[in-house]
Amino acid sequence: MKIQKQLKEGLLTKNPVLVQLLGMCSTMAITTTLFNGLGMGLSVTLILICSNVIISLLRKVIPSSIRIAAYVVIIAGFVTMVDLLLQAFLPELSNSLGVFIPLIVVNCIILGRAEAFASKNGVFASLVDGLTQGLGYTIALVIMCIFRELLGSGTFGAGLLNGGAGIRIIPEQYPAMMMILPFGGFLTLGIVIAFSQWLTRHLDNRQREKEAAKRKEAAV
Amino acid sequence: MNVTSLLAIALGAILTNNFILVKFLGICPFMGVSRKTDTALGMGVAVTFVMTIASLATWAVDHWILSPLDLSYMQTAAFILIIASVVQVVEMFLKKSVPTLYQALGIYLPLITTNCAVLGVALLNIQLQYGPLESLVYGFTGGLGFTLAIVLFSSVRQRVEEAECPECFKGFPIALISAGLLALAFMGFSGLKVF
Repeated sequence: MKIQKQLKEGLLTKNPVLVQLLGMCSTMAITTTLFNGLGMGLSVTLILICSNVIISLLRKVIPSSIRIAAYVVIIAGFVTMVDLLLQAFLPELSNSLGVFIPLIVVNCIILGRAEAFASKNGVFASLVDGLTQGLGYTIALVIMCIFRELLGSGTFGAGLLNGGAGIRIIPEQYPAMMMILPFGGFLTLGIVIAFSQWLTRHLDNRQREKEAAKRKEAAV
Repeated sequence: MNVTSLLAIALGAILTNNFILVKFLGICPFMGVSRKTDTALGMGVAVTFVMTIASLATWAVDHWILSPLDLSYMQTAAFILIIASVVQVVEMFLKKSVPTLYQALGIYLPLITTNCAVLGVALLNIQLQYGPLESLVYGFTGGLGFTLAIVLFSSVRQRVEEAECPECFKGFPIALISAGLLALAFMGFSGLKVF
């Protein structure tokens, strides 16, 4: 039951990118192909799970006055591991993400979850929190990637499907290069967040109407 | 190394490869403290200060400690610790010797530790194989570019906040889109070269 609640929070109501507005640098910088987005999302999820578990295990040992420094060191350790693993097994991904892999250290999502959740909750809950928040981040990245890749280079899944070339949807001469440049990142994230705000408000209103109708029925 | 190459680095860091608008580093403070021009300027100055010192300090540590001992895989962890301590030292120094500046910058200083522009400049210095002087110039001008972008954006944002726009775009989304337009304007600088 609690896992379901955490899943809903991570993916929708408390999505780290779309609602909490954390970790925007990587969200806008690397979402140019689906391959990059999935790679980044899964790396962050892995690091988030590991750091949440370790910080939750050590939450009674770390003195509160130096906790931020301790968290940063733990996170930096896992980031280095993931960086080296990617360099060894997925060199193309490591090249295209470049400096943004080591920069996961200063991604506010990870430090934010450490401070807000893992330092106060048990190991299993923290593990689930890492997984759900990580998935929420990955989904936000994937949504942005799909739009930017489709409009900017006219393909779907370049680097992943069709032997690395991706499936071409818009003919080569038409795509708007703008969408894979920085401007496209800002524009897409703005529109996606606006849509999620609209959706939240819409769902809230519908829930409220339902409750009001129920109350009316009960009164009658 | 000559003056022209340093000038090229400076021009790149301020305009053509602006840290915020082209490289996407340091977006969190860019969106977080750009509601007023004064605070934006304060943040910009603090970031410039820390970036300059941090890029020199990280270069020194990498060149004299990590590289000779073959420990370059420790870069990320070492750099983030250096940045955190530089921020701490700067904070203590300012508190003791320049209290007026400390009062102006005080609240922004701790935030800078998790600013990816600072760690980014340190890592890029190593990646681009810059020497000490080049690192220093890159750090300082990168900070200037950050300040330029955040101050420009804050004055745009003050007007956008009061303008009318669709309900669901209010607040953050419209700010992001106006930042996008600023990024588009900065794209006009691409191709600018120093001869």
